[in-house]
Amino acid sequence: MLRVALQMLIGDRSKYITLVSGLAFVSLLFIQQGSVFCGLMLRTCRPVESVGAKIWVADPTLQSIDDSKPLIDTDLTRVRSVDGVKWAVPLFLRQVQVRLKSGKFQNVRLFGLDNASLVGRPGKMLVGDSASLNAPDAVIIGKAESERLENPQIGDTFELNDRIARVVGIADVPRDFLSNPYIYTTYDRALQYAPRQRKQLNFILVEPQIGLPIQQVVDNIKKTTGLAAYTEDQMRWLTIGYYMKNTGIPINIGISLTLVFVVGMAIAGQTFYAFALQNERYFGALKAMGTSSFTLVKMILLQSLTVGLIGYSIGTGAGCLIGWVNQGNRLAFFTPYQLLLISFSITIVICMLASLISIKRVLQLEPAVVFRN
Amino acid sequence: MKIQDSELSNYDIAVSLTDVSKTFGLADTSVKALKSVELKVYCGELLLLVGPSGCGKTTLLSVMAGILDSDQGIVDIFGVRVDKLSQAQKTSFRRQYIGFIFQQFNLIPTLTAAENVAVPLLIIKTPYSKAVKKAREILAMVGLGERTEFFPTQLSGGQQQRVAIARALVSEPRLIVCDEPTASLDGDTGKLIMDMFRTTALNKDRAIVVVTHDNRIFSYGDRIAEMLDGRIVNVHKNNRELIKEQ
Repeated sequence: MLRVALQMLIGDRSKYITLVSGLAFVSLLFIQQGSVFCGLMLRTCRPVESVGAKIWVADPTLQSIDDSKPLIDTDLTRVRSVDGVKWAVPLFLRQVQVRLKSGKFQNVRLFGLDNASLVGRPGKMLVGDSASLNAPDAVIIGKAESERLENPQIGDTFELNDRIARVVGIADVPRDFLSNPYIYTTYDRALQYAPRQRKQLNFILVEPQIGLPIQQVVDNIKKTTGLAAYTEDQMRWLTIGYYMKNTGIPINIGISLTLVFVVGMAIAGQTFYAFALQNERYFGALKAMGTSSFTLVKMILLQSLTVGLIGYSIGTGAGCLIGWVNQGNRLAFFTPYQLLLISFSITIVICMLASLISIKRVLQLEPAVVFRN
Repeated sequence: MKIQDSELSNYDIAVSLTDVSKTFGLADTSVKALKSVELKVYCGELLLLVGPSGCGKTTLLSVMAGILDSDQGIVDIFGVRVDKLSQAQKTSFRRQYIGFIFQQFNLIPTLTAAENVAVPLLIIKTPYSKAVKKAREILAMVGLGERTEFFPTQLSGGQQQRVAIARALVSEPRLIVCDEPTASLDGDTGKLIMDMFRTTALNKDRAIVVVTHDNRIFSYGDRIAEMLDGRIVNVHKNNRELIKEQ
């Protein structure tokens, strides 16, 4: 009978296509909106990932990587003296303005790396060498968003806080949430490139001693210095949490996803209802001929699961294709497997809820209806 | 629950209705569709149930087929008290022993003729290929061997009704109930269908009950039960031998 159910479903081309395309559209929108949300949130913590430190130490009032209160310079030595700390280096990280050759100003994210070790330097250089940062006025720029800096090449210069900066390398860095170009230089030079403040040190990057659990070293730092300390993962989630709480993105995307769910329910529910109405006499005939209610419910569930799975596959495929096509460009798009699972669950829930209408109708159907014309 | 063949009586009586009543609606708006109906249908018999519209023919057929519960009375089909069965038992009983033929055929439009005929076998979990094979054989019996892969919309009304007959026969039911089987057909096709009932569907172990308005087919019944206002008012034998001679 399950085969009959599928033939009843697929044979009614117009409703079948409406159902599948409706559910595919729902899945596509869900994946697209969800991936944009995940992509945006992931971009908020790109600076954390690009530095790649195992432990971040900051002021206890730290809210995110973009909203920190500076430390005093002696905090660095205090951290270095904590049990389990192999080494600790300063990191200067602030939004500053660049004056371009054209005279325009552009905000950039300025990384001031430890002069000696250059800890936090870009992992992959496209042009030049990160060791060149030791040259006078040297900066490395990130390739992403470099068009905002008027696409400077090696040897080009621009001004930072009335001081010359000369490009000595171009690094492969990801786009981040604020969409500002990255500029790397040494710590001491970064202090000159940024307008002077009473305290300049934003973060301390720490390497734990080999063999010690990172969390234990984090706890030691917190306990000994009274500063905030985070593993890289904690720092990422702190930043994501900040943007989740302090921007309208989750609400906006949440409204979109709710609308997707409602529209999906409306399309699937209405079409399933029409399908049930149209097939009422056939279900009645099947019931009269001795098909049990349980079998009829199984038939309807199979029909709904089938359109759900096909719709989901098409929608998800299309959604992932959008992500693949837009790889590396400005579109923030990230599809974690959890999103695929949630989208799958939502699609199946929509199908199940929509099929409840059919199931209710069929269960209440008197088989004697077949003798009414 | 599967009812064993041994539970069915070996009597000649296929259907026995005693004091069967059925009322639709409540209080002031209620309609007494059946009023203390008494009727017997015998094995090997084709009984026509006739009467004006609204007299209760279809209600009686539904009660007889176990798809509508009577309010009172005894509904005995091949010795089984259908009125005492639970809904699940009635479903199982219908699956095993009742064949249905409807005025509007009720063939599933997205299934081929063979698949439509195979449905009763699929309901009793016969493997698909075996069910369709048997369906093709039955379709050949009703003269549609060449059209087994046609969809209902590709068939004429008479051909569709023959498919419906094949569907009713495929599971070899003991009782076939038909609701206005010729109402949607022209005169000649209606007679062809009734001929088929007598020659192909009817046998000594099976009874057929046909509800009809169509007086052109009255001659095909062994007996004719006349209904009026929810009661059987007259049951008379049809002298078929005499009709044939005439």
